[in-house]
Amino acid sequence: MSTSNARDAILGSVRNALRRGPLDDTRRAELDARVPRHTRPAQGEDLVARFIRKFESRAGTTARVASRADVPAAVEAYRAGKGLPARAAVGAALQDLAFPGLEIHHGAAGVSEMLSVSQALAGIAEPGSLMMASGPASPITHNFVPDDHVVVLDAGAIVGHFEEAWAVLRARAEGMPRATNIISGPSRTADVEQTIQLGAHGPRRVHVIIVG
Amino acid sequence: MEIRSKEFKDRAVFAIHDASLQQALGKARGGFVGKRAQQAAELPEFEQLREEAKNTKNHILDHLDHYLERYEAAVTAAGGHVHWARDAEEARKIILDICQRVDAKTVTKGKSMVSEEIGLNEALIDNGMEVIETDLGEYIIQLAHEPPSHIIAPAVHKTKDQVSDLFEAAHGGPRKTEVPDLVNEARMVLRDKYFRADVGITGGNFLVAETGSSIIVTNEGNGDLTQTLAKVHIVTSGIERVVPTLDDATLFLRLLARSATGQETETYTTISTGPRRADDLDGPEEYHVVLVDNGRSKMLAGRFKDMLRCIRCGACMNHCPVYGAVGGHAYGWVYPGPMGSVLTPLIKGLDNAYDLPNACTLNGRCASVCPVKIPLPDLLRELRHMQHQQDLTPVMQKRALKVWRYVATRPKLYHALEQVGARVLSAIARNGSIRRLPLASGWTDVRDLPAPAGRTFLELWQGKRGQK
Repeated sequence: MSTSNARDAILGSVRNALRRGPLDDTRRAELDARVPRHTRPAQGEDLVARFIRKFESRAGTTARVASRADVPAAVEAYRAGKGLPARAAVGAALQDLAFPGLEIHHGAAGVSEMLSVSQALAGIAEPGSLMMASGPASPITHNFVPDDHVVVLDAGAIVGHFEEAWAVLRARAEGMPRATNIISGPSRTADVEQTIQLGAHGPRRVHVIIVG
Repeated sequence: MEIRSKEFKDRAVFAIHDASLQQALGKARGGFVGKRAQQAAELPEFEQLREEAKNTKNHILDHLDHYLERYEAAVTAAGGHVHWARDAEEARKIILDICQRVDAKTVTKGKSMVSEEIGLNEALIDNGMEVIETDLGEYIIQLAHEPPSHIIAPAVHKTKDQVSDLFEAAHGGPRKTEVPDLVNEARMVLRDKYFRADVGITGGNFLVAETGSSIIVTNEGNGDLTQTLAKVHIVTSGIERVVPTLDDATLFLRLLARSATGQETETYTTISTGPRRADDLDGPEEYHVVLVDNGRSKMLAGRFKDMLRCIRCGACMNHCPVYGAVGGHAYGWVYPGPMGSVLTPLIKGLDNAYDLPNACTLNGRCASVCPVKIPLPDLLRELRHMQHQQDLTPVMQKRALKVWRYVATRPKLYHALEQVGARVLSAIARNGSIRRLPLASGWTDVRDLPAPAGRTFLELWQGKRGQK
């Protein structure tokens, strides 16, 4: 049993059902050039204000600082407020910042990691969600393993709709990230009697520091 | 999974008398329906999006071969592998081969209905692997050795007390009784499994031809931990789940969470493209996608093409009065409710699921909420027609229909019998209802028959006209 036989059989069966052979090059080129223009839900709100309103509606928290230099103090305020140990996995995207008093590393997050700090690639105001691009400067495990996840988001990186966020991905020189994580709040479940409970498998809390 | 849809009637009766199940279904009923209605009301463009989603899916299905080829090329360019499986057996073999090649001992799984469809867990367990479902609902039913009873809320039939019992037996106690403690206990048990896993298997809500990506949508984050921490990530998906571009996926994402759980968005939408890159600090070393046909390409040919638009949101079952009364297990296979009553006979054979298309009142609520506008009642009616053509209709029913046809095509006889019937039923009624009726115990054993007015509609109507 060869998977290439299965491939040809399935594609053949699809074409048979559609009562035609393979599409010709002209038609294929037309399909590749197709630009979808689906309806985008109307928005009449300031992007940052909408992002905050939507993100907080799902038990996420936010803080706003004036400049990137204020980020370490905002992280420390959050850490101390939650009574977390003075250790964190910090994405290398934030290696230009010093975190005095915090023991940090830029590696992947291990099973006992309590706190991580990441840089978001963008915010999407439509649902109020973060868009994280994985890579050596922003490991995926930082987004899912620790109990507390703090995310740095530049106010100028908040876009209106999903479609604009995809444009940000397409513009990257390195192409699509291995994982693009769109995060809309803390992990949750309703699998026991439809009762919403935060902290199912991913972070119990997600805190966004908006810069600018 | 062995199909038991032939037992639908017995299982439905059993379900109606199962007090725990009725308690669990009662709690679920209002939540999904109300939350979805609120989300639909809050998005003025919702109906427009449903129409666009229907049209876009139709466009994709008309060019499915092209988009599958484009998708395959993009996955390969990103360093991933695409495998094609004609049926469940081929799919199981492909996945088993990958697992055995990497000497997998522990396999974690995110929620995947296709993996249920192909009976994957049994195949892996039979070959000595430890298989762990990580979605909390799937984990609960795995402990209970049961199949899912709902496509997005697999343990919706379980009460909190039942979950407490299962966890106490599996984890050794002490017994937890509150939801936060139960969720936390599962979190702690499963954390260890993610980090030990050799292979992580997830479904794919959408496959994006533009980028060669698979998209999963979850609330718990279990799918992400599953696919990030294992050495190998395998995606199982039906061939119909491909979409041309990220912008097309967006159209369906705007409808999916709202229709499914009544959320504006689920917590995590994850777009996965290929394996770990050279300088990455985490992520799987291998990335495989198994494209499963299993009857789908044949459905593309005829009346049931509409069914391939399905994005597996579960809104149809949430709004189905039959599902609401009997739950998902009565349906006897992987997919329950209206979408399952269409898919099961098509995938497993009309004669293996005779009752499912007939267990429908044709009330139309499912079609009115379907985000991709699948005409589910029409498809169920078409299946009934096919069953009749294939001579699957029970003998008694066929005889009854013949008698009815004989009478209905003779108006004088019809009216005469009607008059007799109305008078007899009215005469034996007590306090406006009939408790027991010979030959109709199927009805009167479980409920009273309302007594007719004593005269037929035609008589009453003529009487009324005479008064004018």
